[in-house]
Amino acid sequence: MGELAIDKHVRYIVSIEKRKDDFESVVMEHLRMNGAYWGLTALDLMGKLDAVDVDEVVSWVLSCQHESGGFGGNIGHDPHILYTLSAVQVLALFDKLDVIDVDKVTNYIVSLQNEDGSFSGDIWGEIDTRFSYIAICCLSILHQLDQINVEKAVKYILSCKNMDGGFGCTPGGESHAGQIFCCVGALAITGSLDLVDKDLLGWWLCERQVKSGGLNGRPEKLPDVCYSWWVLSSLIMIDRVHWISKEKLIRFILDCQDMENGGISDRPDDAVDVFHTYFGVAGSLPPFFCPPPLCVIDLMFIRYCAKNFSSRVSVVGFGTSPFLKNCDYPYQGMAVTTNFTHSTYSRRETKIS
Amino acid sequence: MHGRPRKPLKQEDTSALSAKTQNLRSLQSLFLTNHHNRIYTKEALDLNAKLVENNPEWHTAWNYRKLAVQHFLSTPDSNPDYVKSILDEELRVVESALRKNFKSYGAWHHRKWVLSKGHSSIDNELRLLDAFQKADPRNFHAWNYRRFVTALMKRSDEDELKYTEEVIGDNFSNYSAWHNRSILLSNLLKRKAEGYFPEEDVLKEEYELVHNAIFTDPDDQSGWFYHLWLIDQTVKIDAPLLVSSWPSHGSSLTLQGNKCLHGSGLSVLNCTLSDTGKFPIILYFSQAVEGINSSTVTVKSEVLTGDLVWKPLSKINSNTAQVWVTYLNIGDMEPQLSETYSLEISLGHSKGIVSSSGYHYGHPTQIAFKLGIHAAYEEPAKGQGEKMTSWNDNDFQRIEHYQESESIFSTDQLTSENDQNQTTSIWCAEAIVKEIIEFRELLSESDCKLGKLTLARLLSALDSLPSIYAKKMLHAGEVIELYDDLIKLDPIHSLYYKDKRSLTLLHQITSTRETLLPYCHYYKDATESIAGHVCLRLQNLSLSRIGCFENLLWVQTLDLSHNELGSIEGLEAMQLLSCLNLSHNKFGSFTALAPLRLLTSLKVLNISCNKIGSHSIDTRRYLCSSPLTHTEKFAWDRFETLVGSFNATKFWEAFLIFDSLNLTELDIKGNEVADENFRLFLVKVLPTLKWLDGGELS
Repeated sequence: MGELAIDKHVRYIVSIEKRKDDFESVVMEHLRMNGAYWGLTALDLMGKLDAVDVDEVVSWVLSCQHESGGFGGNIGHDPHILYTLSAVQVLALFDKLDVIDVDKVTNYIVSLQNEDGSFSGDIWGEIDTRFSYIAICCLSILHQLDQINVEKAVKYILSCKNMDGGFGCTPGGESHAGQIFCCVGALAITGSLDLVDKDLLGWWLCERQVKSGGLNGRPEKLPDVCYSWWVLSSLIMIDRVHWISKEKLIRFILDCQDMENGGISDRPDDAVDVFHTYFGVAGSLPPFFCPPPLCVIDLMFIRYCAKNFSSRVSVVGFGTSPFLKNCDYPYQGMAVTTNFTHSTYSRRETKIS
Repeated sequence: MHGRPRKPLKQEDTSALSAKTQNLRSLQSLFLTNHHNRIYTKEALDLNAKLVENNPEWHTAWNYRKLAVQHFLSTPDSNPDYVKSILDEELRVVESALRKNFKSYGAWHHRKWVLSKGHSSIDNELRLLDAFQKADPRNFHAWNYRRFVTALMKRSDEDELKYTEEVIGDNFSNYSAWHNRSILLSNLLKRKAEGYFPEEDVLKEEYELVHNAIFTDPDDQSGWFYHLWLIDQTVKIDAPLLVSSWPSHGSSLTLQGNKCLHGSGLSVLNCTLSDTGKFPIILYFSQAVEGINSSTVTVKSEVLTGDLVWKPLSKINSNTAQVWVTYLNIGDMEPQLSETYSLEISLGHSKGIVSSSGYHYGHPTQIAFKLGIHAAYEEPAKGQGEKMTSWNDNDFQRIEHYQESESIFSTDQLTSENDQNQTTSIWCAEAIVKEIIEFRELLSESDCKLGKLTLARLLSALDSLPSIYAKKMLHAGEVIELYDDLIKLDPIHSLYYKDKRSLTLLHQITSTRETLLPYCHYYKDATESIAGHVCLRLQNLSLSRIGCFENLLWVQTLDLSHNELGSIEGLEAMQLLSCLNLSHNKFGSFTALAPLRLLTSLKVLNISCNKIGSHSIDTRRYLCSSPLTHTEKFAWDRFETLVGSFNATKFWEAFLIFDSLNLTELDIKGNEVADENFRLFLVKVLPTLKWLDGGELS
């Protein structure tokens, strides 16, 4: 051991395509839009994004859009801010934002901001700082951040700050690595990182690394490859990532590999899945630290430069996402849509051969 | 899969699963048909109920139920019993979904939504929660729901505080309960509820409670974070305070009109005017504040014409900052030659200065200083046989003693004045001392890392109390030893301890005039352009982090070379800085140098022998204001003109830093980024540059 078994992991991911009627896949139908983003980002990380039939993806994404401007998780499903961000990110990934009516999507997100600055997930009013991050990230990609009350949005996020320097879902909610990623990410995009108590939060975050080298999501919980990533990216954003041991984390991730059949699991000797395979690959490939939440904006900026200065730009180590739903679940959504992206991919392959 | 062992499925499992899958697929498609056709029959609702039990994360499925409830409640003949039966059925469906998946956001939210329709059965909620919370005491959904329900029931914070005590009593390793306790207690303390005042009595009891947890199992983290919070509650002062200023109160400054200070003698209070003839006044607060302007801060002086404009020193476009600066324009003042003027700054006499947490600066403060001007201010002659700045050891000479009554530190005077409530502080010092005794005892029995860290923090807290309670930095040596131990004991987090150690060392060095003296040097050669400046030389100290800027506002020449710095967070406070040596450190990107953008007086910068350009990904990009953060207009036109044929993406971060500076000397050799192409770019971005990498530019 000691190396990332890239070939095996690629084979493993491709093999999932043949199992699209798996129970997990069906259970996670509703997350297909999120999964599309995960899957495509994973492909991009492996340098295979150009193998996807762009038109097919784009038209599927568009068919999930509603009259309100929001997107559903799949065709015929209700719109929600969770899927709206993923849709916008997928389109941005392909540089296809011109296919949507930006004002309409913007209006949908703007309509979800509440009087206290918080955001609801949809018309039914669930409030969570995840939605604040999603709204801010999405509008920032669309260059429409000035359409919401950013000051109030920031104030609401700060009202969810806790004694440990972390953040919860709503005021009073317990700090949690995924939630911290969202709140710190939102503050980063709005240029408000000065408001984070970086030393206090940084210590809490770096103490997530346990003896085995893996990171947990909350004190006295088990380490997990995916939580490792949320903590890692939050530490990067507050410039404290050197407070954990990179070598030990890589060792932990490598120990979670299934050396026989490929894939990476949450912890050593557990069952592998694509979600953790993705995080594991993203966390241990050089450059070890993938840039966190603004990657799409980042990419667009670099593209802007490329367009304007006609220089060839390569984007290395790119990959992130909003914190989707319950962290126990999105990995299954990932499996579903890797099916989706890989089926288009393999069709293309067949055509070529 | 979270927590599922890695083993292949058995044959019978596979076929069972396949049947389950088909069943779920058909439920899904039938449900969607019902949803799209707005069919709310009993059969349709039962079908949906089966679906949400299997798949409680599906928003659309819950939305359908909400629509159905709205549909039923809108019928004209709905009587209370009918409404109750509808809502009860919803609660039942949620409950069985939660039994399947306790972590479903959608299910918990649906329950909240139903209760908001008329909460007839709210008493039942706590019973339900108790069962769920027993099954998983750390479930944060349940804790969130508990806060929601108790608010709805108007259950008192006192009762909930008791609940957390019970949960902690069952298992002190429940971090969720400690967290909730901190929230409840903050509320109670804030509104001075009966039995929760004075604060010190409450905190004393809390210390006892948390000691029980910590001393039972010192390796369990749960109590430690709560303990750290208690220390913070003990020592914190809510209202913002002025920590230091430049010039400091009672100082006499001598302003030199031209760059050389011949015959003026050496004094840290001598100050060379910057080329623009502007003279900074800096206010350094204990926390970020807003509302610094000519009505909240009055400046009285015979030389002053018109109001001063105060600027927050913040990397982003914010109106809140810990450090504020204004510039006196000497040119505007039309001062007489060799005259001494007095200036008086007062603040806190009226409201308006507010911290980000909403506390007012309410302590009237006065800073008076004298300003002597020795020669008329002249436009400095350009390029008159200037030499390059040298950082060689043999060019410097240590200062043996300070001159006269120079008071470069304003901290002593300010903090003792800030001591508004002496009884509070006496209690605070006693509490910290008591904790120190407790933890020394703990450490005599076990070598636990969190114990050592806490002791280090307690000793630092004691040292930073006002000097009437503790001798300044008396324990710094012990704290540094503790961090050295921790680096060995807990190597995973060694760089955290190293950063803390660096800050302690700097505190120790900068805390008094005497401790600082060995680090103050002056140039031997009086014809050097920076002769007369005191150079603060903090090189070769293994510093991985810098701080204590409140004690360093006077510094104009700073040598931080040969350390392990990767960041200069907070350096922007040093507004007088004109020469800075950061060579031989660990800076990995230009964005790590972002604070330099606010140093308007900076002329000489040495960043040679660092790691700029060694990493393809700059993870600090999000920390500084940039086109990416949407907080700033990027000067595209200028950038495009400048870069022209260069590789744009490689240089835009450098452009962000250097475009706002007026450097005359820059040394950047020994960095990966510094190739010939980059040097050409630098010459374009920095038209004022005279020396680059040790060579004079023609």
